[in-house]
Amino acid sequence: MSIAPVNAIDLANARSQTAQLSIRQVAKVFPGKKDLLSKLTGKTRRDFVAIQDINLDIKPNTFVSIIGPSGCGKSTLLNMIAGLSPITSGEILLNGAPIAGPGPDRGMVFQNYALMPWMTVEENLRFAVETVEPKISAKKRDRIIKEHIQLVGLAGAERKHPHELSGGMRQRVGIARALAINPQILLMDEPFGALDALTRAFLQEEVERIWEQQRKTVIMITHSIEEALLLSDRIVMMTRGPAARIDEILEVPFPRPRNRETIQQHPAYQSLKAEMESHLFRETRAVEAERVGG
Amino acid sequence: MAASHSTPGLIGAERQTPLWQNENVKAFALFMLSLSVFLLIWEIGAKSGWFVKGVPTATETIKEFWWWVTNPFYRNGPNDLGIGWNLLISLRRVAIGYIAASLVAVPLGILIGISPVAFKAFNPYVQLLKPISPLAWLPLGLYLLRDSEKTGVFIIFISSIWPTLINTTFGVANVNQDYLDVSKTLGASRLRTIWKVIIPAALPNIVSGLRISMGIAWLVIVAAEMLLGTGLGYFIWNEWNNLSIPNILVAIFIIGLTGLVLDSLFAALEKFVAFGRNS
Repeated sequence: MSIAPVNAIDLANARSQTAQLSIRQVAKVFPGKKDLLSKLTGKTRRDFVAIQDINLDIKPNTFVSIIGPSGCGKSTLLNMIAGLSPITSGEILLNGAPIAGPGPDRGMVFQNYALMPWMTVEENLRFAVETVEPKISAKKRDRIIKEHIQLVGLAGAERKHPHELSGGMRQRVGIARALAINPQILLMDEPFGALDALTRAFLQEEVERIWEQQRKTVIMITHSIEEALLLSDRIVMMTRGPAARIDEILEVPFPRPRNRETIQQHPAYQSLKAEMESHLFRETRAVEAERVGG
Repeated sequence: MAASHSTPGLIGAERQTPLWQNENVKAFALFMLSLSVFLLIWEIGAKSGWFVKGVPTATETIKEFWWWVTNPFYRNGPNDLGIGWNLLISLRRVAIGYIAASLVAVPLGILIGISPVAFKAFNPYVQLLKPISPLAWLPLGLYLLRDSEKTGVFIIFISSIWPTLINTTFGVANVNQDYLDVSKTLGASRLRTIWKVIIPAALPNIVSGLRISMGIAWLVIVAAEMLLGTGLGYFIWNEWNNLSIPNILVAIFIIGLTGLVLDSLFAALEKFVAFGRNS
């Protein structure tokens, strides 16, 4: 059901010429407790293998979604790419150089927005821009901020604080902040997970529009099949954890620019959707069965 | 009371909730009613000798209160000062001790909060010194400083430092991980993260610490001043020696009112730094 590791490495080497981001044999193990004190108090824990054998090459200017049952380590993988979580084994290469820690070459959009509540919309963006480029001229800085506020359609809300904005507007600020530092890769961790269905659909279309303008490499974690199909060029489907792996990678052939109605007319839409559904149902059912059994 | 006057010409929707059903109006009416009952029982009780001998009537006390409030700044020697002077003396002591304590507690709290090692190293001091009654420091202060004025300030300092220190440490140590992750992904330096993210994020906690400290400082000064010679606390002690119960009641009321005003200032400040967060 998964790609054999040997083949995967060959494939990775063959592709790495064109890959912007290469994930090679990456695993994440959360260490357990096995010291004497834990043994005496009976609180020993075994090592937990969250993900292993992850091999993935991402070409520039592609939109990649990672989808999988909850608890499969999708967010762990994204945090490792962001440099927020250390890699246990294997390596992640960005333009051929291994990732050592977080950096502004990767912009991050957080599920719960992570806006600074004491800063206005403008100040949130200014903080990001000035942190990345401390010596930027005021004129250039203000132009970048203004452009990105307009890009996400928030002109007029510059002076508002996050608590005065709706969830959808807050996530627009989150996206604008991530893009304002002009990263090579945009990382999105379930960016619409906390939004209601209508706002979610609307923001998905906004992201599609913005992506058409910028064509940045994007890696997005999602739970939503429709969302992945609307936005992605490739969809990475992960197996359930522990020791989650990549099960299958789907290529999404729909022409761009896309919208919800036209992609549903595409001949491949129903079969892709059915394939993803059966994968997710199978994995989720197995997770539930293990929980009941254990 | 505003409850009885009705506005003519209200449109239908507003007419459905008459003024006397408004929650604030009802609360105000209840407040006035309970106050009237209290004053009435006091007045009748004092006149017909329900309490011990010498308890003043409500009208006497209110008259006395009016006199002190309308003559706040007179000076007939150190034992006969207007209540305004005494209030200012107390406020000055509180201000000096409290500001000094805050200037120590906030930076120290930030330093302790950002370093887990410092937190573990200094926590025993804080935990040991925090529960000590402020008045226990009085003899030590008098011995070390040989001066009642300085001792008053010292006691305010030592008692109002702990809530600010503890709250600042807590706030700094518990900054939302998301804010720190944002800072990390942007590659912000440690100093920039502390200055632009950690301190503003901890500000609601710092201000609540300052608010608690202010309350304690105001509680302590009155007790300390009974032993020190001037200020509102001494005023009460002096009036006790004069057996002037109305004046003691007046001073108690003014102490409460001042505490209320100080606390409201900090409540407003808390709201100002919250930005939609509830702290």
